[in-house]
Amino acid sequence: MNRELKRVSIVVFLMFLTLFSSATVIQVLQSDNLRNDARNQRTLYDSYKVERGPILVGGSPVAESVPSDDNYMFQRLYSNGTLYAPITGFFPVNGEPTGLEGALNSYLSGTANSQFLDSLERLFTGQERKGAAVSTTIDPVAQQAAWDALGDYTGAVVVTQPKTGRVLAMVSKPDFDPNALAVHDGAIVDETYAALLADPGDPLINRAIGGDMNPPGSVFKLVVVAAALESGKYTPDSEFPNPLTFQLPGTDTVIRNSGGDDCGGGETVTIATALRLSCNVPMAELGIALGDTAIREQAERFGFNTEFDIPLAVEASTYPRGLDDAQTAMSAYGQFDVRATPIQMAMVSAAIANGGMVMNPNLVELITAPNLSPLQTFEASEFQRAISPETAATMTEMMVNGVENGAASNARIDGVSVAGKTGTAENGGDLPYTLWFTGFAPANDPEFAITVLIEDGGGLGQTGYGNLLAAPVAQQVLEAVLNK
Amino acid sequence: MPAVSRSSAQTASNPVRRIRIPQKFRNLELLLLIAACAINAIAIVLVQLGALGHIDTTLIVLGAGLSLLVFGMHVAMRFVARDADPFILPIATVLNGIGIAMIYRIDLAYGDVGWASAAVRQIVWSAMAIIAAIVVIIVIRNHRVLFRYTYVAGFIALALLLLPLVPGLGREVNGARVWIGIGEFATFQPGEIAKIALAVFFAGYLVRNRDSLSMVGTKFLGMRMPRMRDLGPLLVVWAFSMAVIVFQRDLGTALLYFGLFMVMLYVATGRLSWVLLGFSLFLGGALVASQTLDYVNGRFTNWLDAFNPAIYDAPGGSYQLVQGIFGLANGGLLGTGLGQGRPDLTPVPQSDYIIASLGEELGLAGLFAIFALYLLFIARGFRIGFAGQDDFGKLLGVGLAFVVALQCFIVIGGVTRVIPLTGLTTPFLAAGGSSLVANWIVAALLLRLSDTVRNQPRLVVNE
Repeated sequence: MNRELKRVSIVVFLMFLTLFSSATVIQVLQSDNLRNDARNQRTLYDSYKVERGPILVGGSPVAESVPSDDNYMFQRLYSNGTLYAPITGFFPVNGEPTGLEGALNSYLSGTANSQFLDSLERLFTGQERKGAAVSTTIDPVAQQAAWDALGDYTGAVVVTQPKTGRVLAMVSKPDFDPNALAVHDGAIVDETYAALLADPGDPLINRAIGGDMNPPGSVFKLVVVAAALESGKYTPDSEFPNPLTFQLPGTDTVIRNSGGDDCGGGETVTIATALRLSCNVPMAELGIALGDTAIREQAERFGFNTEFDIPLAVEASTYPRGLDDAQTAMSAYGQFDVRATPIQMAMVSAAIANGGMVMNPNLVELITAPNLSPLQTFEASEFQRAISPETAATMTEMMVNGVENGAASNARIDGVSVAGKTGTAENGGDLPYTLWFTGFAPANDPEFAITVLIEDGGGLGQTGYGNLLAAPVAQQVLEAVLNK
Repeated sequence: MPAVSRSSAQTASNPVRRIRIPQKFRNLELLLLIAACAINAIAIVLVQLGALGHIDTTLIVLGAGLSLLVFGMHVAMRFVARDADPFILPIATVLNGIGIAMIYRIDLAYGDVGWASAAVRQIVWSAMAIIAAIVVIIVIRNHRVLFRYTYVAGFIALALLLLPLVPGLGREVNGARVWIGIGEFATFQPGEIAKIALAVFFAGYLVRNRDSLSMVGTKFLGMRMPRMRDLGPLLVVWAFSMAVIVFQRDLGTALLYFGLFMVMLYVATGRLSWVLLGFSLFLGGALVASQTLDYVNGRFTNWLDAFNPAIYDAPGGSYQLVQGIFGLANGGLLGTGLGQGRPDLTPVPQSDYIIASLGEELGLAGLFAIFALYLLFIARGFRIGFAGQDDFGKLLGVGLAFVVALQCFIVIGGVTRVIPLTGLTTPFLAAGGSSLVANWIVAALLLRLSDTVRNQPRLVVNE
């Protein structure tokens, strides 16, 4: 009997050895994998245990974590959520964070490498882990003004500081409330998110920096004229034939100036007048004369075909390669496959305002650790020189003229000289137009560069145009920030 | 009465020893008991500090009441079981106490208080279980009494198992029909008590029929195979286990009973052929069941492919299993600390999944300690088998210890994904009155057996 008992004892011992092993495998060897499983709510809850750092605008939080009674310990709160949603993004309990919440997640959650020493220190002092605070470059007055001025239009407004590239306002509409996506019930978040995704207005897309980009239309003429002047072959007074219609080379397509306009009515027209009145025919001729390579290289010096991290990801605005003459002609007035984000057009205006130097756009000023020591500061940095100071001065003059006596007249402000350019881009067929304004003020000492984008024709289908709808928005914003 | 004759025999044969030698075992037990109660009190205080942030005396007072009962049992043993094993009672106490602390911790997470609190109910059940253990150790002065009632025990086991199938009395919980209840209250799993009756029955039956089971039979494949007519009991127990799987939908219990029988049969007869035959039968049955019964099939799928999103999200899928594993992983080596993890995220964290809850908050270190306590408890039971002189006592001790071992393996192995998950309670730890009462009675019987082993070295059951 004892022999059998010994064997049974061994079996029992082996059974427990198995349990010891399986527990070791789960709790030690596999624990990191298991912790990283997306379905592991414990890891998610732990990430909330950390008091996530705030996102600040003008020193006050627009996103902050306040204590909550549930499993998550903290509730993310977005004060004035809809106004700042394109900047903050949202931090959901399930799924990826967006906006600055996503781009600076490691800092906000206190896990960035630069915070390592900090967390080591806390290990010994026993303090709770806390995330870093992110101070943005946003000016609350500019943001509010841009928000108000854009009203119910679908579109975006971007205001930047030409000398530094700091983004002072970034509005995108239709809006959404990030608080609705920060609730602690995953099912409700999913439902809200699905509803926002299904919304035909695409409120989750930040139109200021990406999404389904629009053709820039006539605002792109700034790039073409800059290329012409930089080539040394042309001056603002260089003349081009001025017919009412123009047949694109190698095609049956006939183009006209906007509204069948005669562009001053002369036999020929200067580049300055063509830009002031925003005529398509002479621009198409200039484009063909310059060639697509020259235009593209100029566009790229302004930042086209490059992605930027501000640290939100800015999609690259595009000027395509290998165009034939007809395509080049259309691209010269911002059609064909040219696409631009509002922030890219703001960079063009800002570069002209800044003597030709393109500054890297930037949305974040400073990241500070919980103990208030700076973890990262963001200095103004140059992207590259787009045009010479002389060209910039010439273009400024032409843009001022465009507002004072030309196609951008609705951006005029009494007592301030505003430089600007409007755009009305076709989207093909009978789709509503895309309306633009880009410019800066004051023209003699530029403080603000602004770009307004209005999609869906501003509700007017194909009857609206940039000067009618977009220029007044810009005017209203510039007035607000200049009067501050 | 055998009890009377035995004690008089003791006094007559060894009157001096009692006076001179102090009760070494009981003193050691007292020391360990004090340590066990201290650990339990600290566990409850830590839970309160971790989950509440302050100390609440209500539960500590209730726990102290339990400690008094345990000390009462200790005192009773000083009179009726002086030489019983000194480790069994402290181990049962500390496991029971840690279980209460964890159940209480889950209550705090759920916000359950008063009679809704599973911890309060567990304390009341523990009190009843300890009282039952005291009664057993006082009433059963000699385990050989049980040998007389071999077939009565068998009948009781059968009756207890059939009770949940009685209409109006049986209750179905999570698909398994292993509960009885009157009204909304006092639900009870008679199968837990049945395992004790079964162990008594098997021990008695095997001792009576050992010779015919072990000696005769033809050799086949190098093993002596049993005769067809001796196969009867094995087939009956097998059919019985299969019936539990089919009608009560309880895979774990069936495996527990059958495993118990197999091991006792092997220890009694020393024939491996029985074991191989039995396990092929059970595996065959389980295989057929896994193909034909949905719930068995589901258990296997959940086990084999737990992390598959489709199975994870399916109703009755592997969600619970995976959540339990996440909890264990969250605990890591040292655990989150009592009251500081999130065991409440796993379904039924206080009963079937208490091991995952403990693993999360006490870590691998804590689980190793708990496993070691179980091993020690089981080893003390096996010790009776090794040291005992009467075959019935030996078999009973081994059977009772093994049933605890197997139950631990089935439920903990299920939680840690060694075997398919089946619903069984973790002895002493898990919330559930029937399981507590049954395991405390097991402890009392082991104590009684260990006392006899030391007292009557030459006692042999008349065969």
